[in-house]
Amino acid sequence: MTRYLSIRLLLTLITFWVIVTAVFFLLRLAPGGPFDGERRLPPEVEQNLRAAYNLDQPLPRQYLNYLLMLGHGDLGPSFKQKDFSVAELVISGLPVSLTVGVMALVMALTGGIVLGTWAGLNTGTKTDLLIMGTANIGLAVPAIVVAPLLALIFAVWLGWLPAGGTGGPLHFLLPATALSLPFIAAIARLTRGSVAETLQEPHITTAMSKGLPRQRIIRRHVLPIALLPVLSYTGPAAAALLTGSVVVEQIFELPGIGRYFVQAALNRDYTLVMGVVIVYAAFILLFNLLVDVCYARLDPRIRLRS
Amino acid sequence: MNSRWLREALFGSSLARVCSTWLALMVLAALAGPALSPWDPQAINWDALDNPPSSSHWLGTDMIGRDLLTRIMLGARISLSVALIATAVSVVIGIPYGTLAGYLGGRADQLMMRIVDSLYALPFILIVILLVVVFGRSQLLLFAALGAVFWLDIARIVRGQTLRIRESDYIAAARIQGAGPTRILIRHLIPNVLGPAVVYATLTVPGVILAESFISFLGLGVQEPDTSWGVLIADGAQNMESAPWALVFPALALAATVWSLNMLGDRLRDQLDVQAARV
Repeated sequence: MTRYLSIRLLLTLITFWVIVTAVFFLLRLAPGGPFDGERRLPPEVEQNLRAAYNLDQPLPRQYLNYLLMLGHGDLGPSFKQKDFSVAELVISGLPVSLTVGVMALVMALTGGIVLGTWAGLNTGTKTDLLIMGTANIGLAVPAIVVAPLLALIFAVWLGWLPAGGTGGPLHFLLPATALSLPFIAAIARLTRGSVAETLQEPHITTAMSKGLPRQRIIRRHVLPIALLPVLSYTGPAAAALLTGSVVVEQIFELPGIGRYFVQAALNRDYTLVMGVVIVYAAFILLFNLLVDVCYARLDPRIRLRS
Repeated sequence: MNSRWLREALFGSSLARVCSTWLALMVLAALAGPALSPWDPQAINWDALDNPPSSSHWLGTDMIGRDLLTRIMLGARISLSVALIATAVSVVIGIPYGTLAGYLGGRADQLMMRIVDSLYALPFILIVILLVVVFGRSQLLLFAALGAVFWLDIARIVRGQTLRIRESDYIAAARIQGAGPTRILIRHLIPNVLGPAVVYATLTVPGVILAESFISFLGLGVQEPDTSWGVLIADGAQNMESAPWALVFPALALAATVWSLNMLGDRLRDQLDVQAARV
């Protein structure tokens, strides 16, 4: 298992480096730079600005500088938001984005697993049809549809929940719900299939014929196996939910880092874009590593090797 | 493979017939709709701002008086063509990658699939946004960028299929006759994984439609006066308190299309599994 995990860790680091490198060069390939704003700057001023941010140096040099800076845990200054470092901006927005993302992930997992298991244990019944029918609809309505509708119903018409901004956990409820609905549906479908399949396994038949209580069979024998595919899906799901917050932050006017990202990409604020991508990538990769560790512990084929 | 299973998947139940009909309608609307409509999708009409659905504007009008039905049909044109082209790109990347990994096997296969696994973990929406921002808002690029994101699923499926048929007698026979790896890949493996790959690609189409709508919603994709369902939903969301129809109808068109595609994709896949089980 150590070998398995060290390979995974190495791959994670390589992936991280590839992301940083790809985004760095992609940004520099883009036409335009951070300083061609509304007003044309005099050439001398622009020259000085570029020199101050080391943008006058050859590209490989800039790349090395950036990696060195990153190695010291520094994300650099923002090119556009004067007086702010990228780290300060990221730290101010990260709690919002993470809260929305994590809330959505928890809702997606609990909702999806509960509904999926329920349907999987009752395949072919009306309950199953109802849950799966709803799930199929859930898959087809993305956050950009659900979010405005939820805001319209619960904030504007009913006035139960705030429509935007921050100020308490309630403010995150609508964004997280909007974000998680398609994932509740996807996880429910996955769980249902997996539970139904596991029920057909010989060892479940054995447990049944031994007369073990049904609850116990489900908890001890069905779910640990049936949830393995769900576990491996949480990696991509977490990535999608975290980055999906870019969209709901826009709709609910939440001051998270997703909003910086779109703005910064349009402004060619190189360091801020890099900073946001690095933070997202770090969280996603870390989460995936965590999922791999859990998987390795749960799957005896990996746990017992070497 | 005969076409009976295809007919069964597309028209085998009333639900399937509803989905097929809806999709056919959408394709027709995308192709011919804007030309058939009496309204110009771009013409601003100051006498009909934010009109609710009526006999002249069946689905109402938008903030600047353009006929919503006509614009939804125009949006279908872009949303559907983005989806088709991006899916084609993903198939073109995914099939060779998957067959090669499956055919080579061993270390090379493991390495290639690990790469796919790591790519799954990338913050993809961010990367697509970057690509779109960096290379300008050309629609062609949007197609390519989305296709480049969605090939992973296809590659996985195709690899699995390849592993299965690699051991078939006809592959062994081809090898004994002296066919080289390139010939086996191109003449024997790829044609045989094409069917399953295309079936799974039908499940990619709705994903691309959703991704495009996200990007357009953020104002990074399709630009005015062109439109897509994502743009229409974004416009509708801005003004939903006074004109909810401008949000509801494009959202319905998007949701119904994605739902139909998911349904038919599932049916196609199930039929394919039945076929595979029979062989």
